Amino acid sequence: MDVDRFEIRLCGSGGQGIILASIVLAEAAGIIEGYNVSQTQSYGPEARGGRCKAEVVISSKQIDYPKAVQLDMILAMNQTSCDAYCYDFKPNGLLLVDSDLVEQPPTSRVVPLPFTKIARDVADTNLVANIVALGALGHFCPLLSRQSLETALFARVPPKTKKINSKALQAGIKAAEKFNLDTLPRSIIPEEEEI
Amino acid sequence: MAHEMNGRKFLLQGNEAMAEGAIAAGCRFFAGYPITPASEISERMSYRLPQVDGTFIQMEDEIASLGAVIGASLAGVKSMTATSGPGFSLMQENLGYACMTEVPCVVVNVMRGGPSTGLPTSPSQGDVLQARWGTHGDHPVIVLAVSSVSECFSITVTAFNLSEKYRVPVVMLSDEVVAHSRETYTIPSADSIEVVDRIIPNVPPEWYKPYEDNSRGVPPMAAMGDGYRHHITGLVHDAYGFPTEKQDEIETFLKRQFRKITNGFFEIQITKKINIEDAEIAVIAYGSVARSARRAVAMARAHGIKAGLVQLVTLFPFPKNSVVNVMRQCRAVLVPEMNMGQISREVKRVNTGLTEVSKYNRIDGQLITPLEIFEELQKL
Repeated sequence: MDVDRFEIRLCGSGGQGIILASIVLAEAAGIIEGYNVSQTQSYGPEARGGRCKAEVVISSKQIDYPKAVQLDMILAMNQTSCDAYCYDFKPNGLLLVDSDLVEQPPTSRVVPLPFTKIARDVADTNLVANIVALGALGHFCPLLSRQSLETALFARVPPKTKKINSKALQAGIKAAEKFNLDTLPRSIIPEEEEI
Repeated sequence: MAHEMNGRKFLLQGNEAMAEGAIAAGCRFFAGYPITPASEISERMSYRLPQVDGTFIQMEDEIASLGAVIGASLAGVKSMTATSGPGFSLMQENLGYACMTEVPCVVVNVMRGGPSTGLPTSPSQGDVLQARWGTHGDHPVIVLAVSSVSECFSITVTAFNLSEKYRVPVVMLSDEVVAHSRETYTIPSADSIEVVDRIIPNVPPEWYKPYEDNSRGVPPMAAMGDGYRHHITGLVHDAYGFPTEKQDEIETFLKRQFRKITNGFFEIQITKKINIEDAEIAVIAYGSVARSARRAVAMARAHGIKAGLVQLVTLFPFPKNSVVNVMRQCRAVLVPEMNMGQISREVKRVNTGLTEVSKYNRIDGQLITPLEIFEELQKL
């Protein structure tokens, strides 16, 4: 698929696995699907907590500016980061949020799914909430197949955790499949202003 | 493992690519002390070096790190260390020692916000003039800056090559954005990488004068333990390496330090030019800001503004010829930097009334965006 810049931002709190999820995403697109990829991140000096942001730019051309310019997708794993990092959004961009941790999404084109709760249900731990969210992101991203995401994930995580990560990814994809995108407005710009 | 990596595509971090570049260039010794945002270089070296029969040491601090690197290089092994701002300050003393003793080595400084502990996880370009003038005494030095994962690999190879060829420490400036960004990169095959090794003496040990001048100004370098007499001192020394206070020997020695670099200007001063042929205005940028500038120039072109980019890979010796040629051609140049204006001083120094020099500075710990540069270009 020929694409100029497809941009995804993942944000949350330090320790939620935001950067790992973005690396798996970047490897699925860059190594397995063969696109040019740039993955950048920004975080504070804290080991846990604090705001954390990672960005993935996917392109079939050479990438000049490595960070995001206009985003196609944003994933927000808590309210603070959602408030801080939901900008530079394309009018038809898609926001994915953890519905239990983000109570007030700033846009109408939002897919609220309880990633952390799903992680606890299928794997008995919050730790894989990032992978659940990754599954959902992958489902809505037109450039990635389920297969490439899974291959990239298994190549990156420790072998011992393969089983719970696989469960988490599948659960994320399944939750996303149940969501009907047609229920969302096509653009965040009100229809009458578009004319 | 080394053979497995060549020719394969990876999602590599800038820091990881630097470690791979160093190994490809023949680096077999690394001594360092961890510091954000440079730690991944040490981390990767710590498991890659043993795979290629190299040595990795975590030292007690940055002073000792560069000390160990100088020692290893004197023993004939290509050596490197990597640090960030506060550690780079500590290395200044030994950096001068490496200049004085003409020991090839590569020192990476991944720039973060400063001064002092500053902003450990944010990018900056505040150490540019420190890299040039940080150690005391009048000395020539080579400073290179990288802007992408691919350059982290290729310019590291260049850094080692220049260091070996001219027997000088080479400082590589990276920044938090380049260091931590991951990009897809195919590691080139080993035979496509040009590797330069230091020249070793071809005379019998009893004839060897370790600091004897020649046409290049770079004396052949014997490895310690190879049977050649070799005296190392930070004092100004004569051709045998022993301290001297004779005026003619002092001047001969110090002038040779400058001459060997000046002789190599053509090869050392590396720049990349994009859309310069018909440019009326130009951006002069380096490091991660050059990436923003690349997009800003494309945006300007799309709006009918004839803009171009000169990316400085070599910051010092300042690539005057390249920059002056562009200044003759353009009615204005813009120097965006993540500091209050360090390279813009150099640009103004070589300008001599040729064109108008504007600067754009950002010191809030964020990368300058393409839009900001584009807006500045519209004003020129």
